[in-house]
Amino acid sequence: MKRELKFVVNGDSYDIWVEPNTLLVQVLRDELGLKGTKRSCDSGSCCACTVILNGKVVKSCSMLALQANGKEVLTIEGLANGAELHPIQQAFIDNWAFQCGFCTSGQIMAAKALLDENANPTREEIQMAMDGHLCRCTGYNMITEAIQDAAKRLQGQKLQEAAQ
Amino acid sequence: MSEYSVIGKPTTNVDGTAKVTGEAVYTFDMTLPNMLYGKLLRSPHPHARIISIDTSEAEKLPGVKAVITGKDTPGGKYGLWRRFRELSDQEVLATTKVRFIGDAVAAVAAISEKIAEEALDLINVEYEPLPAVFEPMEAIKDDAPLVHDDFANNINNTRHIEWGDVDEGFKKSDYVREDRYTYSSQHPAPMEVHSSVASYDKGSGRLTVWSSTQSPYFLQLGLTDALKMREGDIRVIKPHVGGGFGAKNSTMPDSVNAAVLSMKTGRPVKIVFNREEEFTATEHRTAMHLALKIGLKKDGTIMAKEAKIITDGGAYTGLGATTLYLAGTYLTFPYNIPSYRYDGVRTYTNKMWASSVRSFGATPAVYASETQMDRAAHDMGIDPIEIRRKNAMTTGYEAPGQYRLGSCGLLPCIDRVEKRIKEKWTDLSKDEGIGFTAFAYMCGGIFNWIDTPYAFSGAMVKINVDGTVDLFTQASDIGQGTNTVSVMICAEELGIGIEDIRLHPADTATTLTDLGAWASRETLMNGNAVKAAAGEAKKVLIEVARMKLGENIVYDLEVKDKRIYLALRPERGFSYYDIVKDAIKRNDGEPIIGIGHYTPHRKGMVSPAFAFGSMGVRVKVDRETGQVEVKDIITAHDCGQTINPLGARGQVEGSIQLGLGWGLCEDLPTDNGMILNPSFVDYKLIRSRDMPQIELHDVPTYDPEGPYGAKESAEGTVAPTSPAVANAIYNVIGVEFNSNVLRPEKVLKAIRKKEEKEEEAMNG
Repeated sequence: MKRELKFVVNGDSYDIWVEPNTLLVQVLRDELGLKGTKRSCDSGSCCACTVILNGKVVKSCSMLALQANGKEVLTIEGLANGAELHPIQQAFIDNWAFQCGFCTSGQIMAAKALLDENANPTREEIQMAMDGHLCRCTGYNMITEAIQDAAKRLQGQKLQEAAQ
Repeated sequence: MSEYSVIGKPTTNVDGTAKVTGEAVYTFDMTLPNMLYGKLLRSPHPHARIISIDTSEAEKLPGVKAVITGKDTPGGKYGLWRRFRELSDQEVLATTKVRFIGDAVAAVAAISEKIAEEALDLINVEYEPLPAVFEPMEAIKDDAPLVHDDFANNINNTRHIEWGDVDEGFKKSDYVREDRYTYSSQHPAPMEVHSSVASYDKGSGRLTVWSSTQSPYFLQLGLTDALKMREGDIRVIKPHVGGGFGAKNSTMPDSVNAAVLSMKTGRPVKIVFNREEEFTATEHRTAMHLALKIGLKKDGTIMAKEAKIITDGGAYTGLGATTLYLAGTYLTFPYNIPSYRYDGVRTYTNKMWASSVRSFGATPAVYASETQMDRAAHDMGIDPIEIRRKNAMTTGYEAPGQYRLGSCGLLPCIDRVEKRIKEKWTDLSKDEGIGFTAFAYMCGGIFNWIDTPYAFSGAMVKINVDGTVDLFTQASDIGQGTNTVSVMICAEELGIGIEDIRLHPADTATTLTDLGAWASRETLMNGNAVKAAAGEAKKVLIEVARMKLGENIVYDLEVKDKRIYLALRPERGFSYYDIVKDAIKRNDGEPIIGIGHYTPHRKGMVSPAFAFGSMGVRVKVDRETGQVEVKDIITAHDCGQTINPLGARGQVEGSIQLGLGWGLCEDLPTDNGMILNPSFVDYKLIRSRDMPQIELHDVPTYDPEGPYGAKESAEGTVAPTSPAVANAIYNVIGVEFNSNVLRPEKVLKAIRKKEEKEEEAMNG
C-alpha cells in the first residue's frame, strides 16, 4: 500500500506516493530523476549515495524514503547556484579530486556537511570524516587537498561577504 | 620549461563540471523509453552438467517479457583471444555445463528489476554436479577433472621467453638464489558495477549497446562473435565509466544477454550487476605461483635469471593468456639481464576467471623480483639501492627479440629517491624501516590477439568555419583522464585552446577504431593518432597561410596561440580564424578534416615504449599487533614528457592506493570455488585514513615514439608498492614474506615465530 511522502528536495517541494519499503535513493534516482546520487555497494558500506538530510549526511541507500517525510534533502544537483559552481565543486575540479567521478557526488556532499560544521578542518579531521567514502581512483589525498582548498575558498567568501 | 602552450601545463578535467554536478551520465544511470530490466540466473555449482532447464513458471509471471537459456541464443562463442579461436571459450549462456559458481545459465527480461529477480526464482535448473578443481597445481594432474574437454591437463595456454645462455650465466655467477612465491587474487572493484543497455532495431536489424566498458571496440567484436552478426551492424557507445581497473576489458554476460533479450522482445533491455555479482562473476587478478632463480657476480651484476609460473586462470580465458606473457616479461624489468628463461602455464580451474587488473601481469612478477633483489643484496652485503643502480636499464637497452628502450630515465629516478630518503627520513625509530623498489611499465601492448585489421588507434579532427574543432576518438576515458589528454594534444598541435575543442569520444559508429583503455596505452597510442590527425589538418592551414604570405618555400611556419606565422619572423602571419575561413573557401566549402592513425611498428613484442621509476616507502610495524602502517612514500617517475601534470599525479596517487591494497588488505579467499567476501563490508579496500602522503618527483625524458615524447603514468607505480612495503617490513623485523596480503595476523605470526626461533637458538 503506497503512502504519501511530502518533502523538499533541493529547495523544491514534492508530494508523491511511494511503497513503504522504498529507499530514499530509489525515490531520488528513479522517481525524481536525480541520478547524480549513485549506488555502488548494496550494503551501506561505500557512501556513494550520500545526501544531506536536514543538514546531516545520510546514506540514502540505508534509509527509507518515508523517513525523509517533512524534511529537506540536498543532493549534488542542488549544490551549485545556477550556472555558478559551489566552491567545493570548483575546488574538486581545480585539485583533480575525482577521476571516474562515480563516488564524487557522495564525496562532495560529505565535504559540504563537514565544512558546514567545521570551517577549518585539519588533514586528519578530513580523513576521519571522509573515511567511509570509498574511492577506487584517486588515492584520497587529492580529495583531502580539495577539501582544504574549499575551506579556504569558503572562508574567503565569508570574509568578503562580511566586508560588504 | 617547455615551449609548449598546453602540453605539460596542469589542466583541469574536461569532464570536470559534469562530474562534480552529478550530470555525467553513466550506463548505470541510463533509461530508454519502453525499456526492460534483465537479470541473470547463475550456477550455484562450481562444476556441473546441465540436465534440463524449465522456464515455464517464470514465463507465466506477469511482467516477464522474455526468458532465455543457452538454446535461445545465436550460439556464438566469444573471447578476447580471437586470433586463436579455441580460446574464444565464453558462451552467452552455458549450454552443456557450468564451470564456476556464478556461470550464467538463463536470463530474464521484465518490466522491473524486481519482477525479473522474482522470475529467476521460478526457473528450475536440474544439474548433475561434477568433480571440480580449484588449484592450478591440482588442475594439471592427469586425473584432474577437465574444465574444458578439449584442453588436456586443463592447460589453457603456455608461454616461453628466452634469450642469452642461461645455463652459462648461472655457471659464471658467484651467487645464486632461488625463491618461491604465491600472489593472491584481488578484485578491481570499480565503483560502477558492470552495466549495459542494449537496443535492437527490428526494422534495420541493427543493434546499439551502451556499456560500462574499457574498450568499445573489444565489446563490438565480442558481440559480433557471440551474436553471429556483422560488426558494422553493432554500435557500441561508452558513456562515462565509473572505473575499470581491468575489470571491463572482456565482453561479459551483461551486454551479450541484454542484446539477446532486446532481440527477443524488440525493446531496449538494461542489465546491471549487483555488487555480489561484481565480486563473484566479473574478472579479477590472476593468482599465481612463481619460482624465481637469479644469479649474480660478487659485485652485484646480474648474470642470469630463470622463472617458472603457473597461474590460476579460472573457467575462461579473458585476458589471462596475456597476463601470463606479461608476468614473464615484467620479471625482467627494469634491469639489464644478459640471459633469461621463462616458462609460464595458465590453467583452467572451476572458479571465476582471472584476467587483467591494473598493472596487468606486473604486480605478482614485480613483488617476486623486487623482494628477491633485496634478499640477494642483503646476502651479498650490497646496498639495495646500489644493486639496482648497478643493474639499471638505460636508453637503448635491448632484450633480444622482446623489447628495446627508446628512452629510460631509471638512473636519475633512483638517484632522486635515494637523495630524498637520505634528506627526509633521518629519524627512524626502531620499529620503522625503509623499503626500496624500481620499476618499469609499458605504454600499450603490441599484441593483436583481438585480430583487428585496423590501426591500433585512430582519430579524426574537423575544423569548422569559426575555428572550433570537433575531435573524434574512440579512446576510452574510464576516469584516468584520457579525454583531457586527447583535447590537450589536439589543442597544442593546432595552436588553439582546449575550450575550442569539442570531443566526441568512444562511439564505434562515429569514431575510428581504438583498442581501448588497458596496459596504459591511450596516452601514447591514442595521443599519437590525435596528434597525427591534428597535424594533417594543420598542414592544410599552413599551406593556405604560405600562399597568402607568398614566402620562400624553405621558410617554416608555426601555428601557435591562434596565429599562423613565419617561425623566424613571428610578426609576419595571420590569425588562425582567418586562415580557417580562407581554407574552407578554397576547399569548395568542405570543413578541414584531418585523419591520423597509430600502430606500433618495429618495436618488438611487448610495447613501443616503457616508463620507469623508483619508490621508497617508510613503514612502521607494531610488534605487538602486527599492524603495518605506511607512514610516507617518495617516488620518482619518468613518464617521458608529462602531458598533464595534474592528471599524472592523480594516476600515481591512485596506483599507489591500489598497490597498498594488493600488498596489505585485499584478497578473494574461496571455499570450494565460492568467493567468501563478495561485498565492501568483507573485502577491505584502502580508505582515506590508510593513505600516506606521497612525494612525487617527475624525471622527464623524451621518448621518440611518444606524442611530444610522452609515455604512460597510469599504472607504473601500482606494482612496486607492495614489494616496497615487504622490503621495508623485512628491514624492521627481518622476516621475508613470500606471499602478499601482509595482514596484521600474518605479520604477527611471523614475528612470534622468529622470536621463538631466536629464543631456541639462545637456549641452545
